[in-house]
Amino acid sequence: MTAKQTEAQPYLREEAKRRILVLDGAMGTQFQGRTLVEDDFRGDLFPGWSHDLKGNYDVLNLTRPDIVKDIHLGYLEAGADIVETNTFSSTRIAQGDYGLQDHAYALNKAGAEVARAAADEMAERTPEKPRFVAGAIGPTNTTASISPDVNNPGFRAISFDELREAYAEAVRGLADGGADLILIETVFDTLNAKAAVFAIEDVFEEKGVRLPVMISGTITDRSGRTLSGQTPEAFWFSVRHARPFAVGLNCALGAEEMRPHIEEISRVADTLVICYPNAGLPNAFGGYDETPAQTSALLEEFGEAGFLNIVGGCCGTTPEHIRAIADAVSAIPPRTIPKNDVKMRLSGLEPFIHA
Amino acid sequence: MTASAAQTFINIGERTNVTGSARFRKLITNGDYDMALEVARQQVENGAQIIDVNMDEGLLDSENAMTTFLNLVAAEPDIARVPVMIDSSKWSVIEAGLKCVQGKAIVNSISLKEGVEQFKEQAELVRRYGAAVVVMAFDEDGQADTFERKTEICARAYRILVDEAGFPPEDIMFDPNIFAVATGIEEHADYGVAFIEATRWIRENLPHAHISGGVSNLSFAFRGNEPVREAMHTVFLYHAIQAGMDMGIVNAGQLGVYDDLDDELRELCEDVVLNRRDDATDRLLDVAERYKGDGAKANDKEDLAWREWDVDKRLEHALIKGITAFIEEDVEEARQNAERPLHVIEGPLMAGMNVVGDLFGEGKMFLPQVVKSARVMKQAVAYLLPFMEREKEELGIVDQPAAGKILMATVKGDVHDIGKNIVGVVLQGNNYEVIDLGVMVPAQKILETAREEEVDIIGLSGLITPSLDEMCHVAAEMARQNFELPLLIGGATTSRIHTAVKIHPNYKRGQAVYVTDASRAVGVVAKLLSEQAKPVYVSEIQEEYLKVAEAHARSQTDKARVPIATARKNGFKPDWPSYTPPKPSFLGTRRFHNIPLETLAECIDWTPFFQTWELVGRYPQILDDGVVGEAARGLFEDAQAMLKQIVGGKRLEARAVIGFWRAETSGDDILLYEGDGTKEPLATLHTLRQQMPRNGGRANFALSDFVAPADTGLPDYVGGFAVTAGIGEDELVESFAKANDDYNKIMASALADRLAEACAEYMHQRVRKELWGYVPDEGLSNEDLIAEKYRGIRPAPGYPAQPDHTEKDTLFRLLDAEKEIGVALTESFAMYPGASVSGLYFSHPESHYIGVGKIDRGQIEDYAARKGWDIDTAERWLAPILAYDPVRMPGSKAA
Repeated sequence: MTAKQTEAQPYLREEAKRRILVLDGAMGTQFQGRTLVEDDFRGDLFPGWSHDLKGNYDVLNLTRPDIVKDIHLGYLEAGADIVETNTFSSTRIAQGDYGLQDHAYALNKAGAEVARAAADEMAERTPEKPRFVAGAIGPTNTTASISPDVNNPGFRAISFDELREAYAEAVRGLADGGADLILIETVFDTLNAKAAVFAIEDVFEEKGVRLPVMISGTITDRSGRTLSGQTPEAFWFSVRHARPFAVGLNCALGAEEMRPHIEEISRVADTLVICYPNAGLPNAFGGYDETPAQTSALLEEFGEAGFLNIVGGCCGTTPEHIRAIADAVSAIPPRTIPKNDVKMRLSGLEPFIHA
Repeated sequence: MTASAAQTFINIGERTNVTGSARFRKLITNGDYDMALEVARQQVENGAQIIDVNMDEGLLDSENAMTTFLNLVAAEPDIARVPVMIDSSKWSVIEAGLKCVQGKAIVNSISLKEGVEQFKEQAELVRRYGAAVVVMAFDEDGQADTFERKTEICARAYRILVDEAGFPPEDIMFDPNIFAVATGIEEHADYGVAFIEATRWIRENLPHAHISGGVSNLSFAFRGNEPVREAMHTVFLYHAIQAGMDMGIVNAGQLGVYDDLDDELRELCEDVVLNRRDDATDRLLDVAERYKGDGAKANDKEDLAWREWDVDKRLEHALIKGITAFIEEDVEEARQNAERPLHVIEGPLMAGMNVVGDLFGEGKMFLPQVVKSARVMKQAVAYLLPFMEREKEELGIVDQPAAGKILMATVKGDVHDIGKNIVGVVLQGNNYEVIDLGVMVPAQKILETAREEEVDIIGLSGLITPSLDEMCHVAAEMARQNFELPLLIGGATTSRIHTAVKIHPNYKRGQAVYVTDASRAVGVVAKLLSEQAKPVYVSEIQEEYLKVAEAHARSQTDKARVPIATARKNGFKPDWPSYTPPKPSFLGTRRFHNIPLETLAECIDWTPFFQTWELVGRYPQILDDGVVGEAARGLFEDAQAMLKQIVGGKRLEARAVIGFWRAETSGDDILLYEGDGTKEPLATLHTLRQQMPRNGGRANFALSDFVAPADTGLPDYVGGFAVTAGIGEDELVESFAKANDDYNKIMASALADRLAEACAEYMHQRVRKELWGYVPDEGLSNEDLIAEKYRGIRPAPGYPAQPDHTEKDTLFRLLDAEKEIGVALTESFAMYPGASVSGLYFSHPESHYIGVGKIDRGQIEDYAARKGWDIDTAERWLAPILAYDPVRMPGSKAA
């Protein structure tokens, strides 16, 4: 941990009162735009690796950090205050698909280091605008409260404790690599997120330092629920004990479809709201067609409606999108955090407030 | 109290709590998680805001049960909707639960009992898991009983939680302990005040914290006097809620209305609860008897009073209180006042029954009381009928007084009719005409009658599992014969799932509706017969059944089964070499007639008797229950009176036949031999083996595991029995039916059933102590017997240990039961008379009741081969326990 990391929170908190902060956009589209072959993924570290590594973009943190840094710089130049580490799938669990489970810590640490280097380089160039690194933690490819076997609803492919350990390892790497914040993102199953929150507490305790935590859920479709069935408000009550720096939504939907759900979060969350939708819904080929102008216009309206504290893009967004979004929200005052009555707030799939 | 304080009070039910609900405990210990989920679902459907889940039962792997149940709940959006209260006295169980819930739950509870370190550690974990917490006012020195101790401990806990552990204060609920007052012990007098004042202090001094508590302890001194208990609870809650109590475990009926209490009683209770005078307990005791139930002094005075009221009011009173004494004179007076006799039915009588229906619906009256009300109604209508007949003859007026015509029957092969009779009575009480075809009614008879009588609804009942198939058959026949009438399904073995998955698809022309219990029947029938309500209701049901069927389809193949060969390898293997099986005192059969009824009456297990009447709770505690206690006591008194009549007048006879045979196990079969020397088996008993995946050394049991295999060279034995207490039941029941006395008719059947069970228990004890004699000096109390604390078991075919009803055939042949004691089997292997019990005896010290659970096709093939059946036959008889969906039209083979 560095002094710099612990300085992030007070600065960001103050800055968030003044303006809407900007997060970066998608990593995947940027990698896809660069022609990468199996050897790029394997690099010098994994020449004779047992699995094909192509498509495992996280491994590039170790094997092609130059490319990763280049992408981060692209977003920073476009106006992002915060860049996410390239570590969405860097847990032991998700890396199992590539046989790289034992490299999880290293992937996270390298991911944080390369983002840190990009942010620091940019901050040198624009001293009036410090830049920050959010260590990204994805949902893994398993769910703790949903059975993968539709015929056996009581079955669980993974336990809370297994998730907790895998997340703790990832968080250690991110913190050691210099992340300023931790972002639990694309939460399909809130129990996974709760295991991540638990793991983060473990690591903070272990290291004697606290970093700001952001939590971003995913409303999977127009039903307005997470994959595990919670409403946005119930989701918020389930993770509020993390006392997150920000809570919000990302992925699965474009801004247009996300609007009612981010509105709900914005209404109930007594913390900052983060919102980074996809560039619309995917087209028939799985690509995203929404232009920077379209996405930024929608998010500008979110800003005017008072939903936003931190805004960025998810799948299909590019540095051009982020530039347009940053321009669009630059003059809009940020959402003010509502002061909620102190009440016991519980949840199942739905919220329950003890009046 | 302010309306809003009362409105925000959260009442937490105990129905998914093994320590609070006997039924739930049984479901969980039996591993019946499907039904356990139903309990949770119903609780949520009935408006529970939070469900309390408790698995603290000595015999359970509580961590595992908590995990299993919460994981299954997570897959049921109807249940998982609401937050969970994870309730356990064991931290490990709480933590297991916390790892399963994605929502924000409540932990119940932690305390300073084991010291501050552990408390802090657990509080921190609760916070990290993201839950709220109940904290008991309990510290290293014990439970807090005074205001000073309660506030001191709660304040200390609060400071630790909020200041040191960073726990959000709004997520803390204190339980400052409610103890019994009016016990006669001086130190107890202030317990009520201590709680209320501690509550007030906590709410004022410990910002945002909540107060919770279990109320029923308070009035423990007045056990058996429900009116006084209820008044005490009402007064207590009034003050406690005003002081800030905002959550609790309170029986719904105990939340009486403060203003509606009798002034005198309210004041006396307040004196006690608030400890306002030294003689408060004595003064309440002095008057308590007056308020105690029917027939007490206070009511004697009232009795005279209500006779002064006008006739409509008197009729209503008689209906609500179930009093038949004055009914004819009152009806006569009403008839003279009315233009026509029908108007008496349509006017005051129906008005009175509507009040009864409302009270029933609100949970303020219970089934036995409603059946008594119906008895009054029936006698009133019987009195009026001749007048209506005369009117018809003289004036040619034909009335159709009934609101609708319902045909009811217990299906072919089944003889159980108590539940059906109760439903019939309740419907009649609500002015429906009920045509009851009785028991063992073939489909064709049901449909012919339905057509001739132009009924509006058909209701089918059944208790044993083969009846499920017969119901499918009736439904299919109704479809084939172009019926469109609603079809009601009820009885112990039926379920919403079965109705949705098996019966409903057979009868798309009309609508099959599962009716949970008698209390629902009127509502269901009323909706089905209302032109406005029916379409909405039917579409709701169809939607519900679709959901249920989909959920079922999803859960169907969930039951991962181990292959039968593997299960067999993991069978239970007692240490045979070091075991010597006991030899019975005789081999072959022996019969017992005229078993003394007075002895049987003493060993009755009353809890199921109350279940028959839909009163839930364990005997004897149920008699003091806050909600159903009054109804339970009235019912129990009536039962005792009739039992006396039955025993004294020898109205029933109990008989038994038992047998013992030399036995050896061969695979999952048990071969029986006539004597010690015989080579040729007399019969083969087939058993089924558990196929659930096992770990931790648990075996996959079959009953045959409890008998020594041939290769051990041990001479082992198995017993069998059939008992009945139903000799004379038909005549007894008929005598009440003739007197329009459905209440006593149902009572008689219910008691005969209980006596038969008691007879089985009594014979089993004699077997253990004397006839098999392997525990000659067993000295167990009746409670121990009911709790099955003895050595050896008596499993019955058709129950979880051997779900195959057809095994009764072998047993009855061995016992020659029909000839020996007059008990026969129907084609579905129900015993007739119904008040009969049969089963096998096993003596091995490690034998215990098992549940076979679901089995796979491998075992079905194996079992069919052993039984000499084809696969279809095996699948039909074992349909309820198949772990797979056989490709077979439901009902098509049952005819």
